[in-house]
Amino acid sequence: MGLSSFKRALWVFHIATGSCNGCDIEIVAALTPRYDVERFGIKLVGSPRHADVLLVTGPVTRPMAERLKRVYEQTPDPKAVVVVGGCGATSGVFYDSYNVVGPVDAIVPVAAYVPGCPPRPEAIIHGVVTAVAKIEAAAAGEKR
Amino acid sequence: MSALHLLWQGAAVVVGGGILGLVYKGFDRKLAARMQSRIGPPLRQPFLDVGKLLVKESVVPKDAVGWLFRAMPFLAVVASFTVLLYLPWGPFPAILSGHGDAILVLYLLAVPALAMALGGFASGSPLATVGAQREIVMLMSYEFPLAVAVVGVVWRLATLGGGPAFSLAAIAAVPLWTQVGPLGVIGLAILAACLLIVTPAELSKIPFDIPEAETEIAGGLMVEYSGTYLALFYLADAAKTIAMAALVVTLFAPYGIAGLLGLSGAGAQAVDLAFHLVKIFAVMFTAVTTVRVAMARLKVDQVARGFWLQITAVAVAGLVLLVLDRMVMG
Repeated sequence: MGLSSFKRALWVFHIATGSCNGCDIEIVAALTPRYDVERFGIKLVGSPRHADVLLVTGPVTRPMAERLKRVYEQTPDPKAVVVVGGCGATSGVFYDSYNVVGPVDAIVPVAAYVPGCPPRPEAIIHGVVTAVAKIEAAAAGEKR
Repeated sequence: MSALHLLWQGAAVVVGGGILGLVYKGFDRKLAARMQSRIGPPLRQPFLDVGKLLVKESVVPKDAVGWLFRAMPFLAVVASFTVLLYLPWGPFPAILSGHGDAILVLYLLAVPALAMALGGFASGSPLATVGAQREIVMLMSYEFPLAVAVVGVVWRLATLGGGPAFSLAAIAAVPLWTQVGPLGVIGLAILAACLLIVTPAELSKIPFDIPEAETEIAGGLMVEYSGTYLALFYLADAAKTIAMAALVVTLFAPYGIAGLLGLSGAGAQAVDLAFHLVKIFAVMFTAVTTVRVAMARLKVDQVARGFWLQITAVAVAGLVLLVLDRMVMG
């Protein structure tokens, strides 16, 4: 079945690296009956070992940087990181904080950014799908 | 029966059981979603999930006991698919009929749980260890009411002279309900209810998903499993769901409808097989899908106490009613 089943069965792991909980609540909103990401085969899992996509929220605080790296390494290949929210993308209003070492792409490679404070659930779903398109493009590139 | 014939039939049951398990899992997820007024995943979602897991990297953690960690998913799959070979399929006798009985099926049903627990202990993660301990506690709690329910049916059948004791073929051939008195019918109904309560526990489904508990111990037993190994546990779970539901059907509702429809020959066999699958689906829908949507997760001490005291007491009451029925009816 290969990668064609990949994009229809995405398992997502959520890691908050110092977010204010705004984006996290929007991620949960995407699971509710109103948005129901499970109809696309997207499922929230409890362990990075089961995950295909990491959803990272928040600017990366100093203690979380090491943990974010470890979670990224624990995730089996092929994988993609999606940054949810403005803080993860640019460190947002915390850009000059003594305790912030982010943004996320300074710590781990990022496939897609979902801007917004917080982003809407539709935007999060779109971000996940975009990230998977990148995994597929990368896999196609390796084959050539 | 020639060895080749046996091999061919066995392969058909294993492949068919695996496909059926995944299809029923798809129905389970779709129906659960509809009950929560969601659209839900497509019916082929479990196939997509397995396909995706097979593409993924399979990580063996550095702290894990490598060979044990790798071997346990295979043990779980082999054990759960072997159960399918010992169960009668509607009009068709079990493939390995005569080579094993209800006791063997009970032991085989416990093997996937033990394999998962051993795999959890071997994976070197504290979350998996907690999950494995919970799995063992669960196993010790639900096995007793399960055994009482099965032994009750088998014993009453043996007293009526229905073929060799503990043979599933004999149980399937003679439905007990019409042969016992009113006390016996009440006792059988109680045992059937107990078995339906044990079913989600045996399958580690909500409210008994304590060993996995994603929101609490991050997937528990499964926490370090990825890729192919996770796909194998996924398949084992699908096959075990079918096996457990088929056991309930065989023990308590081994009826066919071909006689009522006046069919015979191949047509009758096809109709009875389809009806058997519908009954398996009905058991899964009642005992797994509806329950897991309607309930939240119980605590492990509640489950242990509930199964050891309340459910066991109820099951033993059912057994006593069957014994009284034997005294009255002779």
